[in-house]
Amino acid sequence: MISIKLPTDEATVRSLHIGDEVLLTGVIVTARDAAHKYMVTEKPKDLDPILRNNVIYHCGPIVKKVGEKWYMVCAGPTTSIREEPFEAEVIEMYGVRGIIGKGGMGPKTLAACKEFGAVYLHATGGCAAELACAMTEVLDVKKLEFGTPEAFWVIQVKDFPCTVTMDSHGQSLHAIVEEESKKVLESLLK
Amino acid sequence: MCQSPLIRFAHRSPNTNIMASAGGKYYNPEFQNPDDRGCNVDAKKLEVPLLELIRRTSTDLPSDIEDALKAGFRREKAGSPAKTAFQTMLSSVELSRRESLPLCQDTGALVWHIHYPDGSELLPVEKAIRNVIVKATDSSLLRPNAVDPISGKNSGNNLGEGSPILYFHPWKKKTWEFNFLMKGGGSENCGAQYKLPDSALGAGRDLDGVYKCVLDNVWRAQGKGCAPGVILVCVGGNRDTGMAEAKRQGFRKLDDTNPDPDLGKLEKRLMEDCNKLGIGPMGYGGKTTVLGVKIGKLHRLPACYFVSISYLCWSARRRQMTISGEKVKFSG
Repeated sequence: MISIKLPTDEATVRSLHIGDEVLLTGVIVTARDAAHKYMVTEKPKDLDPILRNNVIYHCGPIVKKVGEKWYMVCAGPTTSIREEPFEAEVIEMYGVRGIIGKGGMGPKTLAACKEFGAVYLHATGGCAAELACAMTEVLDVKKLEFGTPEAFWVIQVKDFPCTVTMDSHGQSLHAIVEEESKKVLESLLK
Repeated sequence: MCQSPLIRFAHRSPNTNIMASAGGKYYNPEFQNPDDRGCNVDAKKLEVPLLELIRRTSTDLPSDIEDALKAGFRREKAGSPAKTAFQTMLSSVELSRRESLPLCQDTGALVWHIHYPDGSELLPVEKAIRNVIVKATDSSLLRPNAVDPISGKNSGNNLGEGSPILYFHPWKKKTWEFNFLMKGGGSENCGAQYKLPDSALGAGRDLDGVYKCVLDNVWRAQGKGCAPGVILVCVGGNRDTGMAEAKRQGFRKLDDTNPDPDLGKLEKRLMEDCNKLGIGPMGYGGKTTVLGVKIGKLHRLPACYFVSISYLCWSARRRQMTISGEKVKFSG
């Protein structure tokens, strides 16, 4: 297990390789479909200070408001590949160092990870309660008008568990598994 | 033990006592003639067990699914990402059950198949279901999941055009049976409908062709549907009925026997071969890629041969509730 404090830096991210299990502590920001489209088309400036050298989490949580305060009830990862058209540009534009999600991403994002120094971190899908346990405070929410699953939730996390499945050296565990399983598929389809 | 203050404050502790306010007759099961309306259920009273059905489905896995995850855990090599993934799944399920928290933040499409005594009034039951869905969303058992595709606006309470998904089936029995499935969106994106023959796959209009479609679909899904999933298939039918029937297969237990021996054989063969793909939990690579394969069939038009496939994520949230007079029974 490798502990990483957020915000982080390029050298730390470059030291990570696929298969590494990491624990994140610091601030992460949720962003999914509407949020990614918004970041790329509207290029909002107010997100810059919270995203630079930080980590984006592909997640549409279940939240609850008690009084004036928001709480995370459940917050597992959502499928990342939907953000493939946007992610490379988001990494470049905001200097994001990590993307947490599930299912992996494509060659465009992998190339951006290599060029700008970022990693893709896989959280276990469906483990929403366990992952919400690693969240200690909801610091802020932006664009709530997108609906609670689609808003930007700024969250303090402690020892948030994930696995590096795409690193900044051009390696993708997803590409490897896809390639190997394709060989088996072809032999079975013969 | 979860130390997060968020969980402790957000948690709805009274939920475990939902059934405390239940009781009394939901309807008269002794009715003789449906025309005398003796089978009509007291819809207001029904809301209590319906909410409990949603709570159980959202916060606890069926035992056969959990057992299959445990078996998957045992098969993986120590120290592998696959083993860690299974371990996280099992401990998260345990936490959800204990704290009454949704297993997954994506509480999915809400699919209901309801068998009812022939002649019963259905509109009050539909209304009761809609009412409890709003309540369950308010108490964070469900995420607001109904989005208008044009405006992008979330209805905020899970109600919308086509949501929930309700199927009513009359039968001669005097019991009500509610079958409830929460079908996540990430896995829904991994489903597909093949049309045979498919020359790219070399798949013809026979069970060998069906086999090729399913393998191809599981390979395409990789870990994106939250592997290891249960692969739900319908052979035949139309574009709409085929998909609905595939999804209905999700109510079957993993260890049941297909009434059609040929489909049963195909299920077994596909289960073995899908697991040879080595995609593993979350697509990390590993020995368990699917937990099960369930195949149904519908008569087709002479011109059409569809193979409809629905990917059910490992968090396969299905439950059944039967009501007979004043007896309520949950299973699944």
